[in-house]
Amino acid sequence: MTPRPSADAHLHPATDAQRALDRRAFDLLCLAVAAVLAAHVPHLPLWLSPALALVLAVRWAQRRWRGGRVPTLLKLPLVAALPLAILAAYGTPFGRAPGSALAVGMLVLKLLESERARDARSAIAFGSFVAMSALLFGQSLPMTVLVALALLPMLATLQALQPAAAMPRFAHAFARPALLLAASLPLALVAFLFVPRLSAPLWGAPGADQARTGISPRMAPGDFIDLLTDDRPALRVAFDGAPPPPAQRYFRGLVMWRFDGRAWTATDAAPSAAPEPLRPQAATVAYEVTLEPTGRHWLFALDTPLAPPADATMSAARELARARAIDAVLHYRVVSAPQRALAPTLGDAERRRGLQLPPGFDPRARELAEDWRRRYGGDAHAVAGAALALFHDGGFGYNLAAPPLGRDSVDDFLFGTKEGFCEHYASSFVFLMRAAGIPARVVTGYQGGYWNALGGYLLVRQSDAHAWAEVWLPGQGWTRYDPTAAVRPERVVLGAAAGAAGQGAWYQADWLQAARNRWDIVNRLWDRTVVGFDSLRQRGLLTPFGVERADWGALAAALAALSALVLSASLLLALAQRDRRDPLAAAQARLERRLARAGVARRPAEGPQHYFMRAARALPAQRAELHALGEAYLALRYACAAPADEPLRNYLIQVRRFRPRRVVQ
Amino acid sequence: MAVAALRSLLSQAYARAERRLPALTRLKAPEPLPIALHRRRIYIVPTRFGLGFGAILATMLLSALNYTNNAALLLTCLLAAAAFNSMLLAFRTLDGLSLQAVRPGHAFAGTPLPVDLGFTAGGRARAALRLDGAGDAQHFALDANASADVRIELPTETRGPLPLPRLRVSTTWPFGLFRAWSWLSPDTRALVYPRPEAHGPAAPGADSEGERAQGGAAGDALAGLREYRAGDPLKLVAWKASARHANLLVKEFEHPRDRDERRLDWHAIRGLSHEARIARLARWVLEAHAASARWTLVLPAETLGPDAGIGHYHRCLAALALLP
Repeated sequence: MTPRPSADAHLHPATDAQRALDRRAFDLLCLAVAAVLAAHVPHLPLWLSPALALVLAVRWAQRRWRGGRVPTLLKLPLVAALPLAILAAYGTPFGRAPGSALAVGMLVLKLLESERARDARSAIAFGSFVAMSALLFGQSLPMTVLVALALLPMLATLQALQPAAAMPRFAHAFARPALLLAASLPLALVAFLFVPRLSAPLWGAPGADQARTGISPRMAPGDFIDLLTDDRPALRVAFDGAPPPPAQRYFRGLVMWRFDGRAWTATDAAPSAAPEPLRPQAATVAYEVTLEPTGRHWLFALDTPLAPPADATMSAARELARARAIDAVLHYRVVSAPQRALAPTLGDAERRRGLQLPPGFDPRARELAEDWRRRYGGDAHAVAGAALALFHDGGFGYNLAAPPLGRDSVDDFLFGTKEGFCEHYASSFVFLMRAAGIPARVVTGYQGGYWNALGGYLLVRQSDAHAWAEVWLPGQGWTRYDPTAAVRPERVVLGAAAGAAGQGAWYQADWLQAARNRWDIVNRLWDRTVVGFDSLRQRGLLTPFGVERADWGALAAALAALSALVLSASLLLALAQRDRRDPLAAAQARLERRLARAGVARRPAEGPQHYFMRAARALPAQRAELHALGEAYLALRYACAAPADEPLRNYLIQVRRFRPRRVVQ
Repeated sequence: MAVAALRSLLSQAYARAERRLPALTRLKAPEPLPIALHRRRIYIVPTRFGLGFGAILATMLLSALNYTNNAALLLTCLLAAAAFNSMLLAFRTLDGLSLQAVRPGHAFAGTPLPVDLGFTAGGRARAALRLDGAGDAQHFALDANASADVRIELPTETRGPLPLPRLRVSTTWPFGLFRAWSWLSPDTRALVYPRPEAHGPAAPGADSEGERAQGGAAGDALAGLREYRAGDPLKLVAWKASARHANLLVKEFEHPRDRDERRLDWHAIRGLSHEARIARLARWVLEAHAASARWTLVLPAETLGPDAGIGHYHRCLAALALLP
């Protein structure tokens, strides 16, 4: 209960901004900058984050134990070296990655010259922008939480900059900012829901320089190896009914026709042809896919989609694609036929494309295929069976660490290494088919996935990337063959993790994998509710209130109305004066108000004893009651320092029950 | 140059607005104590840092929307909401604060006059308050239910009553984004004593120091007898009188400085201007008080004393200060 006039207030009365930073404020500032730096670590060059962390730590220690300014001779080279180093690391000063690396660097270097309150304030303002920019590199839930936590030391710093503020213990400095942030959540959510989204970006091409992950339009044996060790989610699928059995979980991405001796590419597909006709042979499956951003145009759907989703097109080989690259989480609905027959007739152009092989490669494989063609004649099914039998019985193994292949990659694989994964098998299988005169093509996509029973959805990871083959059989059309299944059936039935059993690193242990799969529910929720909240879903927000497809104006009106509601609630809270009077005084005030309505108002400077007597005279019908009340009040108020609990409670009840009866005079 | 011109233009516009807008001038009228702050007299505007922070928030909003990055948008909304709510906290810091007492000190014209302002916090703690008045600024903080005296110093130039300037109590708590303030115009007046002259003749009746000897010296007038108290010197015992009493009696003399009586007469000073006379009398009062003398101050309209002590001293200086 002691006042705290600040000691130095008199020395610098009028210049708040010029006040030197005290130790607490500087500590908090360093913590805030460190948190921002931590949020940026995942995308910074490997050498940059330790270097910046070192600068931060040295500066903190220097100001704490030695004090004083950092000499300009030390500052200038650092400030000059930062842009040069970033230019050297990225090759260009433009773009999101070098830009934010530069911003983080500048923020850390700003500490070197932070000596006054004003410096700290500008560092915090800039720092909040830099913290937000970390989310441009990934908006996962943990990252968002990390950045939100970075707001705490920032706000605590601003609070510590206040003159004459009491200096609480270090941990307590965060209490008020945390409370304020929590109290701000309703307003923040209203704003988040109703701030009208832009229909087209104002500048730049979002995601243009984002690192591309996922399946590429080119497939060569060994290319998938980065994908197969990538545990990030690729897509999540929620089925309307029961999920299809594992052996049918083929998610079709790209169809690859062209082989150049090494790699398969999807580039020379005929774009404008009508989709191959399709005959479903069993019940269809309807489902919703949530696709993580890929930076590419194509979509994935369960083999084989019947029609493209809204905003997408379907190619002749039933690949789905969108006009704009997928830079944000995308939801779409598809209906697929897991068991079907594709294209019962084959055009000449398709046949040529399905038989294309580069001349002068892989002589031994061609010889083997010729041999099969002679033996089985035109029976495509028998030839394919021979190839699968070769993989199954010919000493082939499934190995993620496949040895490299030479110029004749198919020959090397079939007769040399005999070790590989889906790409090797799909590539060799299609090569053999084509060499035997049977039209065939490679399909890439995902296979398998983890069925999350709790969330009721199928989680497909990048590591579920898969390649298989389609062979054209007369009368049946394009038919799926998965040569990998011939080598290791578990890969198809149990998924990628089982396929690679025993080959994973320690961090891919089973129990860890299981835990991560469960944790994915939270990620999915985050993706669906926050990250995937796009303008389309925003427009649907007002549907329950009778506004179909709300436009900009309606959203702005809703934003204004709801914000006003939340704001008036907080204003009421702010205006609320807590009644700190003791209950006795409050009860007495109430009694006096009631008596005043009955015509007996307490006069100024009238003591309670006299007042009660006067009231008893004025209301003779309640004389006894008023006498008792007066005596009880006097005893409680004046007989002891603090009234005892029991009599006080009795008195309060008496007052509550007392109703003055107006006398007719 | 341009900045100075702009600033003077701004202050002109502000003065004009204060003249024209009753809402701004309403609180210029002095009001009686206690003054409690409430929502009708608390104003809030963003600080310069708050405006800059708002610009940063707008940039964050725009880039989050441009990159259709909902996590960034959520974060921006959260920060903006927190910034907005900090305005309510700033308001709450002032709401309910009250100025209970104003205790002006004493000062001679030309020296700063200290004024103690007694604030009480009411039910909630008040962190980081700032009081501005007449070029002086003080930072202070109050715990819940606590009260504190804040001292500001007013510059003085001339003697006489000094109305308290309009005081501003303000806060930028908690983040420095908004400044909430309120004007206080307590109807209390301070009194500035006249500036005493630096040199001049001594007051009539002011003796040299040596003449005033210690008590009990020969020639002192006997004032009376009283009962003996332990520690009285034996030579003061009135033996003859004590013989007729049960107890010892002790002689009491009039205190020596009581004899040093000065008459500080307005009419005795000639050949000086009105203010110079006041300045001389002020110096004489000062000297008489410093010498622990008794003095009588004779002014055209009244006569004060003879008396001594701090009360008499302040009465005399106040009378001098209030002379026409």
